[in-house]
Amino acid sequence: MTKLLSVRLVAILVGLGFAVAVLWGFLVGAYNAATEEAPGHLPYEHPRDIDYSFNGPFGKWDQAQLQRGLKVYNEVCSACHSLKFVAFRDLQQLGYSEGQVKAFAASKQVPGIDPNTGEATTRAGLPTDYFPSPYPNAVAAAAANNNAIPPDLSLITKARGDGTNYVASLLMGYQEPSAELLEEHPEAAPAPGLHHNPYFPNLNLAMAPPLTSAGQVTYDDGTEATVEQMSTDVAAFLTWTAEPTLVKRKQTGWPVLIFLLFATVLAYMSKRQIWSAVKRKK
Amino acid sequence: MSFPWARQYEPTNGLTKFLDEKLPLPRLVYNAVGAGYPVPRNLSYFWNFGVLAGFFLMVQIVTGVVLAMHYAANAQVAFATTEHIMRDVNWGWMMRYAHANGASFFFIVVYLHIFRGLFYSSYKAPREMIWLLGVVIFLLMMATAFMGYVLPWGQMSFWGAKVITGLFGAIPLVGEPIQVWLLGGFAPDNAALNRFFSLHFLLPFVIAGVVILHIWALHIPGSSNPTGVEVKSESDTVPFHPYYTAKDGFGLGIALLAYFALVFFLPNALGHPDNYIEANPLSTPAHIVPEWYFWPFYAILRAFTVDFFFIPAKLMGVLAMFSSILLWFFLPWLDKSPVRSGHYRPLFRKFFWFGLIPTMIVLFICGGAPAEEPYVMLSQLATAYYFLHFLVILPIISSVEKPEPLPYSITEAVLGSDKKMVKGEQTSPAV
Repeated sequence: MTKLLSVRLVAILVGLGFAVAVLWGFLVGAYNAATEEAPGHLPYEHPRDIDYSFNGPFGKWDQAQLQRGLKVYNEVCSACHSLKFVAFRDLQQLGYSEGQVKAFAASKQVPGIDPNTGEATTRAGLPTDYFPSPYPNAVAAAAANNNAIPPDLSLITKARGDGTNYVASLLMGYQEPSAELLEEHPEAAPAPGLHHNPYFPNLNLAMAPPLTSAGQVTYDDGTEATVEQMSTDVAAFLTWTAEPTLVKRKQTGWPVLIFLLFATVLAYMSKRQIWSAVKRKK
Repeated sequence: MSFPWARQYEPTNGLTKFLDEKLPLPRLVYNAVGAGYPVPRNLSYFWNFGVLAGFFLMVQIVTGVVLAMHYAANAQVAFATTEHIMRDVNWGWMMRYAHANGASFFFIVVYLHIFRGLFYSSYKAPREMIWLLGVVIFLLMMATAFMGYVLPWGQMSFWGAKVITGLFGAIPLVGEPIQVWLLGGFAPDNAALNRFFSLHFLLPFVIAGVVILHIWALHIPGSSNPTGVEVKSESDTVPFHPYYTAKDGFGLGIALLAYFALVFFLPNALGHPDNYIEANPLSTPAHIVPEWYFWPFYAILRAFTVDFFFIPAKLMGVLAMFSSILLWFFLPWLDKSPVRSGHYRPLFRKFFWFGLIPTMIVLFICGGAPAEEPYVMLSQLATAYYFLHFLVILPIISSVEKPEPLPYSITEAVLGSDKKMVKGEQTSPAV
């Protein structure tokens, strides 16, 4: 009995010790909150909600849009951004024929080895090759971009919150900072080499506006290439590169859920039947 | 041990007779989860989560073994092989999403299982050992989940590993050597990744072993029940099979519906976007947060912001975080109320619903939020209550509280009367 009492006594003392220690911190924090001004956050905007064909539980790819997005990536983004987890062979999923994929791959130079001398060289791409990086290595990428290495885009829409909308919003969001913003947050003024964008968390990013004028890319399907159209299309394409199995995933989900719903109803009915023999309070 | 009225296994044909003589495995199963295990007839759906936890452990082992066939634990290629699984391995994306969300579901059902144990005081005699083994399982799960999250070698993998192993650096004098020894280097790298993979593969089987002990310990006193009154006679129980196999089957259906809805339609909802960025020791994420199931304990860790006399704030946080779980080991001896079920404990019930549950919600939210006000101050209040609840309030209310009258037996609780009840016999709390 005395032993048990001591267990509880020790517990009470330990509990009070932790409580006092943490409440001490609370008092210090409360004092600081009352006497010091908390650093405010820069007011950045949440991404615009864009209606994509692959949204929602029944979403499907819009292949024409993915093809347009590939064209934007290929003609604009690929100058600085790699796409290292995507192979040319994957492009057949966008509706291209085997021949078209071969031709597209062959139009790219990928790192290779000279079969005669063994020296590093480049060769025409094959469908099994992956999109080549625009820079030979990270040092070259940093040197060419004022030390801000352009991120690989394969997974970019999964690597940002609300990624597809974020990428599209960012691309069409470049603008001059408003006078009110600069008045309230003088520190938000873009430093040399940085560009204002309300969707970027600290409002200033190193990437210069990549999509600046309508018609920068000529779409093969005749769609008018406004900045908004190009931004939306390339964000859709980058959603596909981040998760090529997205549509297959949703399509697989439905039969699984329908089967489980059926099985669960049956399980409920058998449970009811088995338990009906056991008396319950009325 | 079992109740005297438990049904006996009877081999019916040559094969089962042979087996029963040489290796009575069918008998073991019959007595463990078959008709040979009498279970209180009044278990609510809160008693489903033990079976569900076992099920999700199996899901994790099966999906994990398949993933390990395609993954390479090397800092150079770990991130790329994870993407290889997602893109090139047949159904690899499904295996990985099933594994990542399976971890979340394992924790969801185990948290509900612990919640059940806390409300119904399942830790009390004669079930202390079941509870102690359960806490061991939970600690092993936390270690396994933490190391598993490091394997894809994303930004949160790397920085999470750095922060968590850094906790050991807070130990005075020997902290830093211990941290270096754990990591096999000064920062998480190939050595750490390899040992984490090895241990992540091993620990689930250790968990499975402790689960067997947990179930073994359960079968000695038998399952508890929502009234907390011990089984008195045969009319208090039903055989596990078919009654609870049927009830668990329905519960499993509901759990699988929720699980696969997440796997197929929102597979990344519980993850952090930063883990799709490859680990980069030179770039610290803006907010380092662990997986959601660690948030309450992460909030306790960060709640200690000032030094406490000679104890540095960081060490205090580490001690508090480990203590917040280790104190569960002492619950059977801290809560001495003879009544088990919260339904018959008016004071305990108030502190449970209006103290502990809101505290856990606040800690959960603060653990996932950046270390800014008002989250820090909220987490400090909640942390103080957490320790006071288990270490001060629970021991005190268990001695001052006047419990409400208990039913005579489970049968009476279910049917309104029990023919075996002896007139004039007082309902005495078990223990």
